Formats: sequence, C-alpha cells, structure tokens
Amino acid sequence: MSININDVEHVAKLARLDLSEQEKEMFTAQLSAILKYAEKLKELDTDDVEPTTHVLHLSNVMREDEVHESLPIEKVLRNAPDEEDGQFKVPAVLE
Amino acid sequence: MTLFDLSLNEIHNRLHAKDLAVTDLVAQAFKTIGEQDDKIQAYLTLNEEGATESAKALDEKLVSGEARGLLFGLPVGVKDNIVTEGLRTTCGSQFLKNYDPIYNATVADKLRQADAVTIGKLNMDEFAMGGSNENSSFAPVRNPWNLDYVPGGSSGGSAAAVAAGEAYFTLGSDTGGSIRQPASYCGVVGLKPTYGLVSRFGLVAFASSLDQIGPLTKNVEDSAYVLQAIAGYDAKDSTSAKVDIPDYVSALSGEIKGLKIAVPSEYIGEGVDPEVKQSIMDALAVLEGLGAEWEEVSLPHTEYAVATYYLLASSEASSNLARFDGVRYGVRAENPGNLLELYHQSRSEGFGDEVKRRIMLGTYALSSGYYDAYYLKAQKVRTLIKRDFDNVFEKYDVIIGPTAPTTAFKLGSQLDDPLTMYLNDILTIPVSLAGVPAISVPCGFASGLPVGMQIIGKAFDEQTVLRVAHAFEQNTNHQQRPQL
Repeated sequence: MSININDVEHVAKLARLDLSEQEKEMFTAQLSAILKYAEKLKELDTDDVEPTTHVLHLSNVMREDEVHESLPIEKVLRNAPDEEDGQFKVPAVLE
Repeated sequence: MTLFDLSLNEIHNRLHAKDLAVTDLVAQAFKTIGEQDDKIQAYLTLNEEGATESAKALDEKLVSGEARGLLFGLPVGVKDNIVTEGLRTTCGSQFLKNYDPIYNATVADKLRQADAVTIGKLNMDEFAMGGSNENSSFAPVRNPWNLDYVPGGSSGGSAAAVAAGEAYFTLGSDTGGSIRQPASYCGVVGLKPTYGLVSRFGLVAFASSLDQIGPLTKNVEDSAYVLQAIAGYDAKDSTSAKVDIPDYVSALSGEIKGLKIAVPSEYIGEGVDPEVKQSIMDALAVLEGLGAEWEEVSLPHTEYAVATYYLLASSEASSNLARFDGVRYGVRAENPGNLLELYHQSRSEGFGDEVKRRIMLGTYALSSGYYDAYYLKAQKVRTLIKRDFDNVFEKYDVIIGPTAPTTAFKLGSQLDDPLTMYLNDILTIPVSLAGVPAISVPCGFASGLPVGMQIIGKAFDEQTVLRVAHAFEQNTNHQQRPQL
C-alpha cells in the first residue's frame, strides 16, 4: 500500500499536526515503506481469530461511585500555559 | 571500585554497623555524575537538594533504629516518563520541557516507601519512542562502553546510568523492548515484568496495552529486590493485576536442575549476528552444565511481530498523545489565531520527528476505511503471536534467545531509516505482545560491546525467570564495568 501526499495531509489534519512541505515528503516516503512492510500481515488467514486488545482479559473494571479527595485547583493549574479565575484559558471559540 | 560495586547486603550491613551513611551513598552518586555525565548524558534533571535531604532523614532513621525499607538508602535514577511530584518530568520532549508534576507515580511512592533515594530523572527517547536514545529532544545518551555507540532505547539513560555507576539502580519502562534492549547494549540486567504486575499509574502512556515499568540493575539479586518493592495491585491502574506477590529474592536458589529450556530457531537464525549467536550457545552450555535441558522450538509468527507491534503501538500512541494539546500543561504556541490553531501549532512545535511519524501512522491505521485492514488485523495477529508462546510454555519452563540480534550500533548510523531501526526490536517485541515477563542478562562481549541473553517466562512467573538468570550469573563472569 502506497500513500500519497494528499493522504499525509488528510492524516495530519486528523492528528492536529501542521507539517512543512519537507515533512510531508519525508512522511509520504517513510509511511509508505512502513505500510508496505505491514502488508506482510495479509499473508495470514485470521478470519476465525479473535482480536487481542490486551493480555489480561479484563473488561469494565468498576468501582463504587464514592466521593474521594481531589486535587486542589491551584495545583491543577500549576502547569497551565494560561489561566483565569481558576480555569484554563484558551482563545475564544465563538465570536 | 566504588560504593556502588558493593552488594545490597554489604551496603545494608555497613549502614547497620555505622561504617557507612546514606549521605555517603548519595554523595557518591553525585560525584560520579559530576565527573562523567557530560560524556554520557544520562540525566536530564538532578535532584541534589531533595536527595541530600532524604539521605539525612534516612541517616536519622539509622540512629533511632526505626524500621528500614527494602531498598534503604539506595540511590535510584528514574526514567523521565515516570512522574515525580515537584521534580521536572519531560518524557525527553520539548513539549514537556518545564512540566512540574503535581502527583507521584505509584512506583515513585513505592520507592519512597522502600527508603530508596531518587537522585534524578533519566534521559530517554521522546515519549519512549525509539531504540537508540537519539530521539531524545535534549541530547543523545552515549554508551558507556564506547561513546561513539548508542546505549539503546528507549530507557537508554536508565541503562547507561547503571553501567556507568551513576546510580545504584534505575527504573525504566518497556513497551516493545525499551528496558531489555538498552540493558543488553550497556551490559546490565533489565527486567520487563508481566503486563499488569507493576502499576502504570503515573507512567506517561505510550501504548497502554503494552507499557510496563521495570528495574535496571547491575545484577539479578538487585533486580529481585527492586521488583519486590514495586510489584503489586494498584486501584489507580485499572489494568493492574490482582495477583499475590511471591518472595522474589528467596526464589534465587541457584538450582535449575531439570529446567526445560526452549530455544526458538527464529531467535538464532537469519539476521542474528554470528558472535551474538555464539554467546547465546555458550550460555546455553553453561545452563546445561547446571542440569538444565534445552531444545530448539519454533515461534512461527515471529516474523509478523514487528509489523503488528508498530501498527498497534502507534495506534494507541496516536490516541494517548492527543492529550498534549497545549491547553492544560506543556508548551503552547505563541500567537494562535483560534483554538484549532492552538492545537495544531503547539503539537507541531512540541513534538519531534519520530513522535510525529508514529502519531501519523497510528492515526492512519485507525482512520475510517483502514481500521479493519490495519488495526483490527494487527490485533488478530497479536492473538496468533500470543498462542505461539502459550504452545511452547505447555512443555517448557523458559524460552531463551538473544535480547537483540546485534550489539549496539554507532550513533547516527540508522537515523534516516526508521524501518531498520524498528527491526532491532524483533526479539523483544513478540514478548511484549504476549505480555509475558523477560529479563536481559549480560552473557559476553562481541567486538568489545556487551551481549545480552533474554530469558522469557510464563505470565506472572518472574520467580523462574529470576532464578535462571541468577544461576547463570553466579556461574559466569560477565558482570563487568566499562572504563570511563
């Protein structure tokens, strides 16, 4: 499977990445090579094989819905690039 | 000869006899780091003040005769993707260059409860993506055996620091080989426990179905002690396993008579350096001399593991790394016009090439129209790879082979070719996909660089893995230190 520069641009948009022209060319070539290598998996018949999501066979680990202590707001905001009135601040979403 | 060449028991005896103080051990770490870490570049952040304070508190404990933890006084370096409250944690990324964690990872709490002293945070490939440490966005770590060579990755700082005597032991994390491969390249012992044995709470997530924290140490006994201190169920990690924790140290009996060893033909065949293979064959002869038996077996899906891994790990990473958006922590682009630009620009400026490459690959594999062909297909092949291991473990106690097909390679030699770089992990990746434990122990040298033997065990059977590694170590002399 070979991918072209349009595919790379589409995926970059989905992944919220801006790529330079040089990066787009590099990733087109490198991702094509990696995906070509991954074609190998098609050699295997997996029609009757269950997928493994992870090895422990856990599902829906539940806990009681109890109130626990949470982190103080000042701590939570300690690494915020911008904040105001105890909240994370970002550029306006709506005009 | 430094204090770090003493065994854990020797250190504890000398501390007890007041012949040594914890402050001496901590001073030793910072002295060695000061003398040589500009060459190795293993550390990203030092905790000199905090460590000295902790050491003094522990020395007071010695005087008052209070109960002492299992790792009392031992200087530990922690891989920089394990969050440590108040101690900068960068994941080797510019994105988190000023990140100041607001809580401790469970393993960081456990180290403190065991009375170990955290001396600093260790360099790594950015977000643990890489096998050479050249993807650190700060500086590449150098191999203490030869500074022109890579230390392996992604826990390259963790392995190099132990080899160079810059910590008594370290913690690393392993997703596809990131503890074992650098341990092999640097000539130290690296253990990847069974998936779920050690809590991942506070480990910055890369591929959540594979990530596991483990120790890097200068010998197997230390590995058993550290595992004892960090293993166990944690309610804060929903994938943590509810299993009883055995006594790992008492498992080191030296006895392996009648042990059944499987040697996969795929692990000693094409692509494996002849000198590496010879070291493994010599090691098997040693184990045979101790009463073990070995036979060649097949893990037939080995050749599919690398493709499976890169699809699954990158898919999981593309999802996990979505949290780095410049809103709550990490870098934010200077003047974004709107919220969408803020996401785009912050991520593009903050991530390096390998991280972008894997996010792109994972996003593609999960995207509409390709999910079945790539992601789901890889999950199904993962089942086949796991079955290979299940089948072999019906008849054998452990599986043995090299940790990596070659010894360390030269800095810069594989940078332009990600696929070749990925293939260095061909012997560690299948083990990660199967979720079983494995240790890398030094078993010789090839062209002056260390070779590692990988001993793979059944799920939650770390005791056997450690016992075999220890028996081998006790009957050989491969625990050497580089001259720096």
